[in-house]
Formats: sequence, C-alpha cells, structure tokens
Amino acid sequence: MLLIACPWCGPRDETEFVNGGEAHIDRPTPAESVSDADWAAYLFFHDNPRGWLAERWVHAFGCRQWFNVERDTVTHEIRRVWRLGEPRA
Amino acid sequence: MSGRRLPGGGRIDRNRPLNFTFEGRPYRGYVGDTLASALLAAGVRVVGRSFKYHRPRGLLAAGVEEANALVQVGEGARAEVNLRATEVELHEGLTARAVNCWPSARFDVGAVNNLFGRLLPAGFYYKTFMWPDWRWFEPVIRRAAGLGRPSILPDPDRYETRHAHCDLLVVGSGPAGLAAALAASRRGERVMLVEQDPLPGGSLLWRPAQIDGRSGSDWAERAAAEIAAAPDALVLTRTTAIGYFDHNALALLERVAGAAGSPGPDHRPRQRLWSVRARRVVLAAGALERPLVFPGNDRPGVMLASAVSEYAARWAARAGDEAVVFTNNDSAYAAAHALLDTGGRVAAVVDSRPAPPARRTASLQARGVRTLLGASIVATHGRPALTGVTIRDAEGHDHRVAADVLAMSGGWNPTVHLFSQSGGALVWDGEQALFRPGRSAQAEVSVGAAAGEFGLSTAIEQGWRAGGGEGAPPLADAADERWTIGPLWRVPARGKAFVDFQNDVTADDIALSARENFVSVEHLKRYTTLGMAADQGKTSNVNALAIMAELTGRPIADVGTTRFRPPFTPATFGAIGGRARGELFQPLRRLPAHDRHVQAGAAFEEYGGWLRPAHYPGAGESAHAAEQREALAVRRAVGLFDGSPLGKIDVVGADAAEFLDRIYANTLSTLKVGRARYGLMLNEQGAVIDDGVTVRLAADHFLVGTTGGGADRIAAWLEEWLQCEWPDLDVLVAPVTTAWAVLTLSGPKARDVLDAAGVDMAIGEEDFPHMTFRECRVAGVPARISRVSFTGEVSFEVSVAADRACELWDRLRLAGAPFGLAPVGIEAWMLLRMEMGYLHLGADTDGATTPDDIGWGRVLKRRRDFVGRRSLTRPELLRKDRLQFVGVEAVDSTVPVPVGSHLRSPGLPSGSEGYVTSSGLSPTLGRGVALAMVRAGRSRYGEELLVITGEGRGRRVRVTVPGVRGPGGEPLDG
Ligand SMILES: [Zn+2]
Repeated sequence: MLLIACPWCGPRDETEFVNGGEAHIDRPTPAESVSDADWAAYLFFHDNPRGWLAERWVHAFGCRQWFNVERDTVTHEIRRVWRLGEPRA
Repeated sequence: MSGRRLPGGGRIDRNRPLNFTFEGRPYRGYVGDTLASALLAAGVRVVGRSFKYHRPRGLLAAGVEEANALVQVGEGARAEVNLRATEVELHEGLTARAVNCWPSARFDVGAVNNLFGRLLPAGFYYKTFMWPDWRWFEPVIRRAAGLGRPSILPDPDRYETRHAHCDLLVVGSGPAGLAAALAASRRGERVMLVEQDPLPGGSLLWRPAQIDGRSGSDWAERAAAEIAAAPDALVLTRTTAIGYFDHNALALLERVAGAAGSPGPDHRPRQRLWSVRARRVVLAAGALERPLVFPGNDRPGVMLASAVSEYAARWAARAGDEAVVFTNNDSAYAAAHALLDTGGRVAAVVDSRPAPPARRTASLQARGVRTLLGASIVATHGRPALTGVTIRDAEGHDHRVAADVLAMSGGWNPTVHLFSQSGGALVWDGEQALFRPGRSAQAEVSVGAAAGEFGLSTAIEQGWRAGGGEGAPPLADAADERWTIGPLWRVPARGKAFVDFQNDVTADDIALSARENFVSVEHLKRYTTLGMAADQGKTSNVNALAIMAELTGRPIADVGTTRFRPPFTPATFGAIGGRARGELFQPLRRLPAHDRHVQAGAAFEEYGGWLRPAHYPGAGESAHAAEQREALAVRRAVGLFDGSPLGKIDVVGADAAEFLDRIYANTLSTLKVGRARYGLMLNEQGAVIDDGVTVRLAADHFLVGTTGGGADRIAAWLEEWLQCEWPDLDVLVAPVTTAWAVLTLSGPKARDVLDAAGVDMAIGEEDFPHMTFRECRVAGVPARISRVSFTGEVSFEVSVAADRACELWDRLRLAGAPFGLAPVGIEAWMLLRMEMGYLHLGADTDGATTPDDIGWGRVLKRRRDFVGRRSLTRPELLRKDRLQFVGVEAVDSTVPVPVGSHLRSPGLPSGSEGYVTSSGLSPTLGRGVALAMVRAGRSRYGEELLVITGEGRGRRVRVTVPGVRGPGGEPLDG
C-alpha cells in the first residue's frame, strides 16, 4: 500500500486516493480540427513505461484535489509530488 | 513409549498440569507446553497423515515451519483447522484432531493412495483432469485431498483491525531483534517489537548462551521488559508479521484472547490485524533448518536436529531414547550433545562430509559416540514410527542401526520471506549454502540469522547498529564460531525421499518435472505443487530448487527462488474481515424516511448501495401483484415514490453556465431561471455516462440532477474537469444528494393531493407547467418542487431537507388517502417508465452507447465543443449498423420476453442482432412490454425478430418505437 504525500494534506494511505493515469496529456484543441489518428492517440495511446512515470492522482477521500506524482512503476518509489499548474521539471 | 518428559528443566510450570485430548484420547501437559511438546512428551509419534499418500507422519519441527502436525483444535463454531501443533498453546480442556485423516491418524483409509503412489506422480492433475474426463475424478479427489474442514457455522467471536505508525518496527525478538529494539527505544524512538511466540527471546529460549553476564533467556526477558516500559514502545507477543507491502506497510496478526478453539474469555477480540506504517523496519526473523532428502525421511521419528534440541531445552521433552544424527553441517552436533545431556543415547552421528572439522567429531567421540564420515542414511525402518535406519558408509557398506529418533540437518535458510515481499533481492551464499538478503528495496535492514549471520555476538551487534545504538552493544560471553557445511541436496538411493512433506512432493517428482522440461522454479512449483501447501514450502523450497539445479546442471543462483507471497503463516478470514462482516461488510445507505417505509410494509432491496423499497406488498400479496397494483395506482389515481438517492450537485459561480455547456452534450446556458432541462453527459470516447434533469436556481446557480448511481461519480467527474482542464473557470461544485429527501407524487390525482396537503402557491398547469421549478412550502415545510415526470403522468417531485422527510411523508399520505394514494416501489416505477419507453441509463445502455444510439443524434448539430463531441465522428461511431434503442413487443403472446434475450432476423443463419434490455408486464395493457438494443433498430420498425436465447427462445417479437400505446394507439399518458 503506497504512502502518498498529498500536497494539501500530507502523507496518507493509498486507499484515500484514486489514480487518474498518465499526467500532462494535453487535450488537443480545437477538437474539430484534430485528425482521427491524433484524437485516437489522445484517447487511447498512453505511455506505460517500466520505470519513472508522471501520473495524476486525486485525494478522493480527503481534500478532493488533483495533483501530480512521479512514481517508479517497478519499485513504486515516489520521488516527487507537485500541484497542478506547477512546472513538471 | 519413546518420547518422554525429562525430570527437570524446561520453561513449563510443573505445578500447573493441563488435561487435553488428541484424536479422542486423554493426555496431560503443563502450562508452557505447546500441543506438539505435550504430545512428544507423552510419547505420541504419529500426529497426522500426509496430503497425497496419507502416510503416517510425526513432528518434523518445533516451530512455525512444522509441515506434518496440522491439527484441528476445538469443535463446532470455534473449530480452527490447519493449525500447526507446534504453535498451539496448550490449555485446559483443549481438544485436537489431526486433519486429513479418516477415521484417525493411526489408521487411515486414504493410505491406500500410498500403495498406488506410482499412479499419482507429479503433474497427475494436469494430465488427468482434462475435459471431459475430469468430471468423473473431481468429486472423489476433492473428498480425499482436503486439508482440514473448516466449520460452516457463523464465527461467534469478534475480530478487529488497528492502524499504527512507528519509527522502527522490529520483526523477531531473538538476540538481534531485541538488541535493535533496545537500542532504538533507549533513543526515545517509537518502537514496535513483534514476536510470534508467547515469549520473547527467540533462540535464546533454548540455545545455551550468556549475555551481559546472564543466561540468554534472562537477558531476553529483561530486555523485552525494558523496551515495553519505554513510553513510546510497544512489544507485541503472539503476533506474526504476515505481510510486507509497499512503502513500509506491514500487516501483523495478533492472537489476542482465548486459546485456539476455546471461547474468548472476555470483551477482547480473538484476533487483531494490525496495519502498520513504519519509518524503518528491522527484520530479525531468524532462520529455519532444512531437512535432508533421503529415502524414508518422512517416517515418524525423523526430525530436524534443532527441533530435537529445542524440545529438550524449552519443554523438557526428549524426542527419543536411542538417536542417530544425520547431517551435512556442524550445527547438528549440538543436537547430539543435547540428547546426551538429557540422558539419551546417541547410536551414531552420520556426517555426509568426508572431513568435517575435527573439533566437532572429537567432542562427540570423547563422549563415546560413533561418528561415520562420508556416510549417509539410505533407508529408515519401523511401522508406523521409526525403529531403525540403514547407514551406507563411505565404502558403500550398509549397516542397520536401531534408533527411535533421527535428528537431521541439511543446513539453514534465513527467514527471508518478509524481505523478499518487500521487493529486496536475494543472493546465493555458496559458502553457507543459503539464500540471504541482498539489495534492499525499502527502508529495511535484515540482521542476525535472518541475514545469514549465525554467530550470537555478530547478531547482537548487527541488531544494535540497526536500531541506532550508541556505545557498546550487549556482550555475549563466547566468541562466535564459524560453522561449515558441505551441501548434500539428496541422497542417491531408491525410495520415496520427500522434499515437500506437506504436499507430498518427492525428489523423484522433481526429476520427473525436469525430464518433462518444467525446469523453471515457477513451473516446477505448479507442476508438482511443491511449496503450495499451507506452509508455503518453508522447509522445502531451497532443497527443491537445489535438486533442480543439480538435475539440470545449473548453478543454484541461476535457478533462483519462487516469489515469496504473503501471508507468512495462514491468517483467518475473521481477522482479515475484522468488523466488516454481516451488515457492516458493505453498509447500505438508508433513506431519510426509512422508518416510514418500514411502517408502510416495504420489501427492501439494495439498489446502488441504497436500501430502497422494491414494493409494498399487502397481506398475502405477492411481489408481482404488489408491483402491478402500485403501477396501476399511478395510472389511475396517484402514487408516492421516494426518489431521494437521485444525484444532486450544486454548480455555482459566474462561469457555471459556460462550464455546463462544456460538460453536457446539450446546451444548458439558454435555460431560464426556474426552468428544468433533461441533459446527457458523455465521456471523451463519446459514450453516454449519465443523464438527468438540471434546474436553474439563479443565473449563477444550477442544481445538476444525476442518476442514483452517478451521484458520487459525476461530482468527481465535474471536479476533475474543473481542476485539470479548466482551472480558469469560476465555478464551485458541491454534491448535496444526501442533504435532500425527494418524494414524488405521480398520477392523475397528484395535483389534488398536493393541494390537499397545503402548498403556498398556485399549482395549476398554467401557473406551474411541466419542466419548471419552484421554491415554496408544502404542508408548512420549506420545499423545492420540480415538474418532471419519469412515469408519463403528472408529477410533482418534492424536495425537502433530509431531516423533514418523515414529516412530509406523513402529510402527503394523510392528504392522499381520500384520493387512493399508494406508496410505490422501484419495481413499479421501472414498469411505468418502460411503458413510456423512457431510457434507464445503465439498464438500457452500456459503456459504449452513444447519444445517436439512443436517438439523440441532434447533439451532433451543436456547433460548440463539449466533452466527447469530437469522438462522435470517429468512424466506429458513425457505423450504420450500431445497436440502437427501440421497443419490442411480443407477437405471439402476452408473456414478457426475458431481459437479456438475444434477437435475430429469422432470415439470418447465425449471430445476434441485439438483445432485450428492459422487460415487464404492463398492468395497463395486460401484456409484456420491452425495450431493446437492436442493430440499425430505428430503420427496422415493424420488422419481426426471433428470440434466439434463454427461456423465450423461438418466440417472435416486433420492433417498435420505444414505449407502448393504448388500445386506440394513443400514448398512455394521454
Ligand atoms: Zn488532500
């Protein structure tokens, strides 16, 4: 069970959170001028790396805030947590 | 009589005898005994039968790794099965039986399997249980192959879960663990020390040792007491760390109150599951001895050498009178000395090494013990228990020697289970022939024997350092002696040589697995079932993979181990469930007017986590009759329906209208204050995810209505879009579903009832038309009323604060009585909407249904973007043969067509063209009404289809627009 440091509430058990998949996926706009292939890539083709992954989580059973987490998909080590709107770097 | 109680010594209280029964026979032991030690001291040699061959088995070990002595303790509701006799604390009146034996351990019918052993080789199940034949074998095998039968009665005891945090969690209270916990507690850290045994001390409870000038067990007792007295420390005995999860989360199982199989004595729970988050973890779980693999090594009387020593020292129980020791390493020599020290005879020490350290052999020869070097044991004798062994000496000559106990040692395995579960990598230590912890994956360190360090001083020092100890560690009085080993993984001789005692896997089974190319340890495990019994291979895994390495000519390090999985020892479902059982397993939400529904005779069912009235059957009335009567009441008079679980979300802010325009597939910004509008929400794939009626309370305030199941999900969905995609919008979202109770009047007399109940505004059709919304008072209660209808009849959806639901219910029922008002449950409500052809999201749709599929193609004409819009023009969503929402009516009879029936054109030879999604008997028409999803359905009105599955198979139906019409073709709602 992961220990996730919500940027608003501090470290809490994984059971309080819901994973929202890969972070920093830009919604292509204007949507009507996006090709079928690009739209499909946005919808269905996300990275699934072995190693570091930036992903979104929401503190669903807490403050209900979304934020970003960088997690190693092999070891589950979390090395960074940052709020939406803060730079990824 | 073979085993016996020694006249003195041991950590038992000879002034407190205990009576117990095993297999129906009475025995005596003492406080401090385990069931195993008491049986051994009483001379009981056969304690169980093996799993596959039903061979008689005796005690193999003294601790958690025991593979043979699985017992059921207690009878009836408190019976616990598959307990290791070595871990069952004796108590007065304990009753125990061996599992897997019928009728008894000494005489067992299943032993016939032993004679047919050739017919039950490894892979037997895979080779035999193939369709269609497995049907014939399965019932017989299942009856014969069980390990214990759990009680089917409800568990009368209480279990609980606790959460804890600490700076340092120490697993194991042997010398290394105690040193770690002592050091950390002296530094003021929050320490948890966990010990599975009732007593702290680990090996100090039976191995001779001196620490800081005291006996090892005295030192352990004092150290544990000091730790327990520290302000932020907790010492948990009878507690096993059963799992090590991510980010230093560990699960502990504490046996709190009441011995196994007996009533809990007081208010305490029987067991407690701890969920612990530790900043650091010290693993000091010790090591387990390995058996040797030779023919007949499972005969009762063949035991681990360390177990022989432990029984003697801790429980004053001597395993036998005449012993032979068989070893490939130095550690077993201590067992020989222990036997001699307690008055036993040692006929021979058989060491497979040609030249063990001379000081080991010399010390025994000085006591008159014969040592045979480069020798091995090739057979054991005695029925059912050991009377002798055959020794093959270095020259290849066989000698038969009488013995009633054989103490064996194949080396040691550090208890690396938790380390491995934590994600750490094991490394093979060739010098000591064992796997020990390598690189750590979490904030954890292994110390002492668990790290492959068997010297007492080293163990204490490692623990002390891991605990952050300053200054000199506690001092052991003797220098560590290196022990040596010369691996002997199996004795090359004919006969059943067991590797996994609990699952009856032999060296020959491993050879068969290798011949059939199941050479990976993971395949070996599944093919032979090795390591898959309740002990998870504690004594067998390393022997098995070493044999596989030998057979395939690979280094042991390359063969590797299978994954260690939690739990370390079996955990009861009671402990895992904790308080979450019965009604608390998944607590259901109750309606604000629940008590009123009870009084009205409601039959409750669960809908989306809510306990809701399905219908209100009168005396002697069937469920079906009740639902028909209730639906008719709505059509002919008036019904009262509790719709409180329908989702309600406040959306407030300057950009609220803009936000909803982006979220909904239809436009909400043009909605006037005081008006209501039906809306659809899509996901980005273009599928419909929710629908409902939204009202505009003010220019910047909407009340979004969702389905009951969507209440929480849609609130989260709105938040996600606001936070992640449009943080610039000035909007706040607040789910308010449970703040309001919603009671709906529906039917031709609905307005009369509302009028009679008293409402402080005009409610005529012109004053308060369909799809409008007002705030007012109903019977004096502040209320909101929406003119929306799910039944097709005139409806008033009245919302009041949840705590005034009962009051409103009472007033409406009173006012409605003269008009024939009937409480209406969900089943009738669903019938009414089915008659109208109204969609029920989730029943008539699935995760791929688009707006066009349900007749909402017009949303595509919206010019502006909304969530999911771009996907609606993906080729897949524009296909002409998509499933579309239609009505179907039976052509051949009035009986409803079952939900789920697949439909197909009579002209097609195969395949399905759709299925029935909703169906019921219309009380108005006296015949079945149904809704369906049918390929290109809207272009097929009037076409006849065949029901091709289920009870209705062979029947004919006609495709119609959704919703039925009256006998004259008029809509049912006039
Ligand atoms: Zn939070």
